[in-house]
Amino acid sequence: MDLADLTAHELLTLISKREIAPKDVVKSCIDRIERCEPLIKAYLYIRDPEEIINSVREDMPYSAIPIAIKDNILVRGLPNTCASKILSNFIAPYNATVIEKLKEKSFNITGKTNLDEFAMGSSTENSAFGPTRNPWDLERVPGGSSGGSAASVAIGSSIWALGSDTGGSIRQPASFCGVVGLKPTYGTVSRYGLVAFASSLDQIGPITKDVTDCALLYSFINGHDPNDSTSLNVEPYRYSPLTGDIRGMKIGLIKELLVEGIDPSVERCIRDAVKTFQDLGAIVEEVSLPHISYSVPTYYILAPAEASSNLARFDGVRYGFRAGGKTAEEMMSNTRGEGFGPEVKRRIMLGTYVLSAGYYEAFYLKALKFRNLIAGDFKKAFERFDVLISPTSPILPFKLGEKVENPLEMYLSDICTIPINLAGLPAISIPCGFVNNLPVGLQIIGPVFSESRLFEVAYGFEQAMPFHKRRPQLGGNTYGV
Amino acid sequence: MEYEVNIGIEIHAELLTKSKVFCSCPVQFGAPPNTLTCPVCLGLPGALPVLNKKAVEYAILTALALNCKINRNAIFHRKNYFYPDLPKNYQISQYDTPIGVQGFLEIETSKERKRIRIRRVHLEEDTGKLIHSGGRITGSDMSFIDFNRSGVPLLEIVSEPDISSPEEAKEYLTNIRDILVFLGVCDGKMEEGSMRCEANVSIRPKGSEKLGTKTELKNINSFRAVERALQYEIDRQIDIVSKGKEVIQETRHWDEKNERTISMRSKEEAHDYRYFPEPDLVPLEIDDAWIERLRSQIPELPEEKYERYKDLGLTPYEAKLLAHDLEMSIFFDETIKLYNNPKNIANWLLVDVTKELKDRNKVITQTLITPQLMTELLTLIDEGRISGRIAKEILPEVIDKGLSPRKIIEERNLVQITDVSELASVIEQVIKENASVVEEYKKGKEKSFMFLVGQVMKLTKGKANPKLVNELLKKTLG
Repeated sequence: MDLADLTAHELLTLISKREIAPKDVVKSCIDRIERCEPLIKAYLYIRDPEEIINSVREDMPYSAIPIAIKDNILVRGLPNTCASKILSNFIAPYNATVIEKLKEKSFNITGKTNLDEFAMGSSTENSAFGPTRNPWDLERVPGGSSGGSAASVAIGSSIWALGSDTGGSIRQPASFCGVVGLKPTYGTVSRYGLVAFASSLDQIGPITKDVTDCALLYSFINGHDPNDSTSLNVEPYRYSPLTGDIRGMKIGLIKELLVEGIDPSVERCIRDAVKTFQDLGAIVEEVSLPHISYSVPTYYILAPAEASSNLARFDGVRYGFRAGGKTAEEMMSNTRGEGFGPEVKRRIMLGTYVLSAGYYEAFYLKALKFRNLIAGDFKKAFERFDVLISPTSPILPFKLGEKVENPLEMYLSDICTIPINLAGLPAISIPCGFVNNLPVGLQIIGPVFSESRLFEVAYGFEQAMPFHKRRPQLGGNTYGV
Repeated sequence: MEYEVNIGIEIHAELLTKSKVFCSCPVQFGAPPNTLTCPVCLGLPGALPVLNKKAVEYAILTALALNCKINRNAIFHRKNYFYPDLPKNYQISQYDTPIGVQGFLEIETSKERKRIRIRRVHLEEDTGKLIHSGGRITGSDMSFIDFNRSGVPLLEIVSEPDISSPEEAKEYLTNIRDILVFLGVCDGKMEEGSMRCEANVSIRPKGSEKLGTKTELKNINSFRAVERALQYEIDRQIDIVSKGKEVIQETRHWDEKNERTISMRSKEEAHDYRYFPEPDLVPLEIDDAWIERLRSQIPELPEEKYERYKDLGLTPYEAKLLAHDLEMSIFFDETIKLYNNPKNIANWLLVDVTKELKDRNKVITQTLITPQLMTELLTLIDEGRISGRIAKEILPEVIDKGLSPRKIIEERNLVQITDVSELASVIEQVIKENASVVEEYKKGKEKSFMFLVGQVMKLTKGKANPKLVNELLKKTLG
C-alpha cells in the first residue's frame, strides 16, 4: 500500500508520530494522479505539482492531506467550469465559504474534479469535457454528479474531497466508487460559492475513504455563515472520536425503497447489512413512507424550476463563454444555445415550463405540497426510529453510455437519494458489500442535525464489516502502467 | 359622451440605505462605473443574497405611513426575465406577499378631498444601468453596463386605479414624494431617477362599472411630465373611443421631446415572469413589536403638520406650503418654540427667506441662519429697534454669514431712532425745507404726508421708527 491509499486520520497519526514526512503524502497522491488520471479522468484541473508540494507546511498538518474540490465550488484563482462549455474560461474571483474554512487550516487543494454539467446527472457523463471512469471497472460510470470527487478519493489521487448533493450527487457516486459520502442537513454547510443548481436542495458535503474522515471533514466545513441566508444558526458539529456503539438503537428499513426495480444483488447486500446491525445490538424494523414514491416526479419539477432560474445568469454578458450575435438578445440566446449541453437544456426547459403561467399551480405548487408530505413521512418515521436505512442506489454502477439515451431511467435510479434532499435531512452512504467486485452503498438517514448519530451508526457498521478497506486494483501497487 | 378616467400609479423609489439590499456594497451616486460591486450584485456564480434589515425597515415605515396592513410573513419571489442590465436575469422582488397591502393616501385637489387606495408596497432590487454608445439604443453598435446601481433597494408603491385626473395624479405623486422625504427613506428626485413613475390609464363612459382597457405609460421622468403625459394619453384614448374604435392594451412610452406617447409593446408580447419563491432567502417574519417600534419612529408627516399649522392660525395656503417643505417646516417648528408668533414667522419664512433661498438655489439647512438668529431678528422688529426694512436689508448677511442681527445693527449703527427730541429736530428740518408740500397737506392732500414721512426716513437713513415719525409729524403739523 502507498500512503495515497490511507485515510486522512491514519496519515495524520503517522505524521504526528513523525513516522512519515508531510510531503511524502502529497508526493504519493501526485504520483497517483500521474499514474491513474489518464485512465480515470477524475479531474478537470490539477494544480501544478510543485505548487501542491510547496503548499505543505510543517506546522499545519492538514496541508499534508491533499483534498480535491468538485468543480462547482469556487476556489479563488482556479478555473470553475461546472463541466460546462459556458464557464470553460471562468476563473473563480472569490472563495466559497467552505474553501475559506479549509484555507484557515491550510488545506492543500489538488485540483477541481469532474461532474455532470452543473451537477445535473447521475453518471458524470454529462460533462462537457468527457466522462470520469469508475476505478473499480473502467467500463462503468463512477456515478454522479460528484463522480470526479468520488473516483479521486477511491483511487487515491486525493485523500478526501468535497462534493455537492442536490438529489444524491454525493451519496450515489460514493456508493458507486466504494467510498463514504455525506449529504449534510440542509443549512448546516454554507452554499455561498457553490454554483447553484437547485438552491433549496443543494448541500456541499465530504467524500472520504471512511466514516472517521467523513466526520472530521464535516466538522471543518459545517457552521453558520452570515453570507448564506439559508444557513442555520445552530451549534455546529464538532468532531469527537467515534465509538460505534449502537446497542438498543432503533433502525427503520424503508420498505418502499427495497421494491421498485431494485437489483436483487443490491437488496441482498442491504439484507446482510440489516443482519449486521442486529448483531451489533440494534433493533431493525421495516417502515413505510407512503409518499416516498412521489419523490422523483416532485424532484423533477422543483429542481429544474429552480435551475431554470439559477442558470439564467449564464448569458455571455459579464463572464464565461460568449457566442456571436447581431444584437444583445441574439448574443445571449446563441451563448446559451451553444454553451449548455443537452441535459442542462432539458432541465431548463422543464423548469421554465413548470413555472409558466397556467402551469405553476398544476406543477410547481403541487410539487411543493408533495415535498411537505414526503417530509412529513420522515418526521413520522423518526418518532419511532433513530435512523432509517435504504440502499443508496437500487442498481450497481452501470456501463458508460448505457443510460445516456434514456434520461427517465437515469432519473428513476435516484429514487433512494432524492427524498432525503426534499426533506432537508442528513444521510450518509457507506460501502456495505461488493457484487462482482463492484461496490454497493448503504444509505443511513437521520433527522435534521443528527450527523453525529449517523457517524456512530455508520462507524459501528464499518468496524464490523470493513468493506471500506478495499481499494480498487487499479490504484494499488498492482496497477501496471 | 362624457368619460371618466381611471389612473393607477406605480412608483419606484430608491431607498437611502447605506448599503445595497442584498449585499454590503455602498449605495452611492456618481461613483466611477462598476466600482461599487461585488459577487452578489454582479450575479457571479455561487453568490447569495442577504437581506438588508434597514431596507426592510424603510419599507415597513413607508407602508405604515401609507396606512397599509403589514404582512407578518412577507416572502421574496424571483421575477424571471432576460435583460443585459439584470445580472442574474431574474430580479428578487415580491409577488403575492408584499410587505404592505391595502393602504390609502388622502389627497386634496382644487375640487375635492379624496382617498386613493394603495394596493401594495413591496421591496425589490434595482437593475444596473445600460449606456449605449451614441446615447441611444437604436443604431448604437456597442453598449456598456454600470452595475453600481444593481442591487440598490427599490420600494414599489402601487395604487388602485382611483385617480381620476392628471391633477389628482400629480397631487398623489407629490404627496407620496413628500412622505418618502419626511420619512427619510428616499430623496424623491424624479429628475435624477431616484423616484420613478409608471401609470395605468383607462377611460370609460361615465357611470359605467367596468374599467376600460388600460395602457401602461412608461418613461415619466418629472413631476411636470406626469400631468402632460396623462392628459395626452387621456385625450388619445377619448379620441379613439369617440371614433368608435377600441383602445389596445399595450405599454406606451412618454416621448418628452415631442410631447406624445408611443407604443412600445402589446399585451401579446408581454412577459411571463415565472414568479416563484426565492429559495435563497427565508421568509421575512415581521412581528408586532418590530412594527410598533417602527410606528413610533414615524415623524410628523405633511398632512398632520398641515392641520397643526392651520390650528396655529396660518392660512391653508401658508400651512400647505410650510407643511410640505421638510427643511422649512422643521425650521418653523424650532422657531415657534423660541418666538411665539407663528403667523409672523410663517410670513417671513415663506416670503423673504424663501426669496433669498431661491436666489441662492439652496434649502434653509444649507445656509447659516438658525431659529435663534431668526428669533433675534423678529424680536428686534417687535422691540422697535429696527424697522422691517432694515431687517430685510440685513437678512442676506444672517443667511450667508450666520451673523447675529443684534451685532450687525449695533456695529453699523442701524438701531432705530426712537429718541423723540432727535426725531423732532429732523421733522422740524423737513417741514422747513418742504414748505410747499406742507401747504398742500394742510389743504387736504393726504399723499403729501407720506412724502414728508419718506423725507424723514431718508434723512435718518431708514433708522427712524416709522410709527413714531407718523405720530410726531401729525402732532407737529397739527
